[in-house]
Amino acid sequence: MLPSDGRPPSSGGAPGDRRVSGDRRATAGWATLGSNLVGSELLGSELKVLFGRRRTWAMLLALAAVPVLIAVVVRVSSAPGTPGRGPAFLDRVTQNGLFVGVTGLVVSIPLFLPLTVSVVAGDSIAGEGGLGTLRYLLVAPAGRVRLLLVKFAAALAFCVAATLAVAVPGAIVGVVLFPVGPVTLLSGDTIDVGASVLRLLLVAGYVTVSLVGLAAVGLFISTLTDVPVGSMAATIVLTVVSEVLDALPQVSWLHPWLFSHYWFGFADLLRQPVAWGSFGGNAWLQAGYVALFAALAYGRFASKDVLS
Amino acid sequence: MTAEGHSAELAIETKGLTKRFGHQVAVNGIDLAVPRGAVFGFLGPNGSGKTTTIRVLLGLAAATSGQARVLGQEMPRSLREVLPRVGALIEGPAFYPFLSGAANLHRLDTADRDAPSRTRAARVHLALERVGLTQAAGKKVRAYSLGMKQRLGIANALLAPRELLVLDEPTNGLDPQGTREVRALVRLLAAEGTTVFVSSHLLAEVEQMCTHAAVMSAGRLVAQGTLDDLRRSGTSRVQIRTPDSAAAQRVLAGLGLMAEKSDQAATADGLVTAVLAVHTGTQEESQESRHAPKPETIVAALVAAGVRVRGFAVLGSSLEERFVALTGEGFDVAQ
Ligand SMILES: Nc1ncnc2c1ncn2[C@@H]1O[C@H](COP(=O)(O)OP(=O)(O)OP(=O)(O)O)[C@@H](O)[C@H]1O
Ligand SMILES: [Mg+2]
Repeated sequence: MLPSDGRPPSSGGAPGDRRVSGDRRATAGWATLGSNLVGSELLGSELKVLFGRRRTWAMLLALAAVPVLIAVVVRVSSAPGTPGRGPAFLDRVTQNGLFVGVTGLVVSIPLFLPLTVSVVAGDSIAGEGGLGTLRYLLVAPAGRVRLLLVKFAAALAFCVAATLAVAVPGAIVGVVLFPVGPVTLLSGDTIDVGASVLRLLLVAGYVTVSLVGLAAVGLFISTLTDVPVGSMAATIVLTVVSEVLDALPQVSWLHPWLFSHYWFGFADLLRQPVAWGSFGGNAWLQAGYVALFAALAYGRFASKDVLS
Repeated sequence: MTAEGHSAELAIETKGLTKRFGHQVAVNGIDLAVPRGAVFGFLGPNGSGKTTTIRVLLGLAAATSGQARVLGQEMPRSLREVLPRVGALIEGPAFYPFLSGAANLHRLDTADRDAPSRTRAARVHLALERVGLTQAAGKKVRAYSLGMKQRLGIANALLAPRELLVLDEPTNGLDPQGTREVRALVRLLAAEGTTVFVSSHLLAEVEQMCTHAAVMSAGRLVAQGTLDDLRRSGTSRVQIRTPDSAAAQRVLAGLGLMAEKSDQAATADGLVTAVLAVHTGTQEESQESRHAPKPETIVAALVAAGVRVRGFAVLGSSLEERFVALTGEGFDVAQ
């Protein structure tokens, strides 16, 4: 038998098509190995679909509304924030407007951010199954592992976008409505404006990393069903369960293993010097969740019958 | 790679392919053989296992047992090499409703590792043109009609040059023009050497398009072969147009043929029909047909008996008769 490339081009298409056929064989070598084999083109298309959707923008806008709302309320009420009351760092806002971004993240981390990440991650495979596009992606062939990787990468991109959607508009509104001056940290030290921008970015990075484990959990749940609403809801419920358990002292042995355990740990990044302990702990925990749930997702999806 | 028992000449070959859902057997040990270059009609009533077979062939579902080879290579092991050469429409089209038709095709094309991005726009354009969707290319699929979606589904199967097209009920929801165009398209592709495997329960469509066919019934493959083979096996009849139906029936009875019905139509002529022979299998001539009187003998006998023969025909069985004979009369879905 002929090697598959030596097969006569017995195939569809007008004469113009045959030219394409020749091209295809010529470029099916290294050029594609570099780009599309790992899925960069598919990832590009995935990101385009994700960030081209009105739903994604609605979620990002809702997230951006959180710090804006906080800033406006604080500004209008003009009562100086009482330290220890209201969301953490709220009282810092009047010293340095950039802290609106930090306050926004504090307010969004227990519910709004996980909610939006659950929607995106829970939809990743189940959404394609529900639409029926999953079967067409797979016969294209997208490759099951490649598709999972691309879906996870897109969910990570959304984690970054969601965090930035809170931090950046928060910082901007803060700068507009409040003075930008030196700010007192939790440790009592005062840092200048440049350093506070850096701290804001650090906190945003911390929050993004915090959401990665959840994204992996959502991806796995998404491989279990063809009903995207189901996998989104299940992911959200798991988030709530994790947070509730984290609040119960009776199961304190479990706390370090809950993916939401370090979610509020970024206060350590606002000390002088920076205490990296919770950053490291969080990163390891999230990496563990990614490893476990990526493996589960692979185990499930690699052999799943796609019948949607 | 002409391993024993496998033919490189077959585009699709299955051996004892079985797919179970729980205790239900959706596909029951079928041995398909689709020759390269054929337009192969895959027939069967609702729920007979056509789509399930296609899913297994394309690696979407794992077979419970048995083997499948597509384009000469084992599936699903060689999925990555085989599928870029296969275009498919599986159980109707499916698209992102919030993307335009063209954007949907771009998206699905990026999923194919072997599809060069350089020619993507041109290929999408060509595919849309072939199914007559150029005008609607920029419209959101949400706003597409059923037939437009179906056309877009076919366009997706034609995104790259293919050696095999697997089309599951391609004319579903299409208007008469669309149906004709799909038939013409299939013929054109076949003429260029593409093997087309098309599932359908529209027999007229299969008769017009296909060179080969197979019939599924409740998960089993009950017939397979060229269309002529399938038509030849079955019942053939003689039909006599005459004003002397009573006399004609007597002559037929004398030859051992049982008249079935005699329509006393609006005209003075009646139609007398009798079963000439029942062929079994795909043998050239079966037992029964050798004992049947020759058509010329029947005419001679009729004329000798003074029957005014105004029309005489030997009717092969239609594919529809054959289909019903193979899959049963009942309307209820099996299982
Ligand atoms: N996901 C599933 N779970 C359980 N049973 C299934 C599933 N999909 C199909 N079946 C069963 O398998 C059998 C074959 O279904 P299939 O879809 O292959 O039929 P079909 O020949 O394509 O029918 P149609 O002409 O209606 O499209 C049916 O009895 C159906 O109930
Ligand atoms: Mg079907």
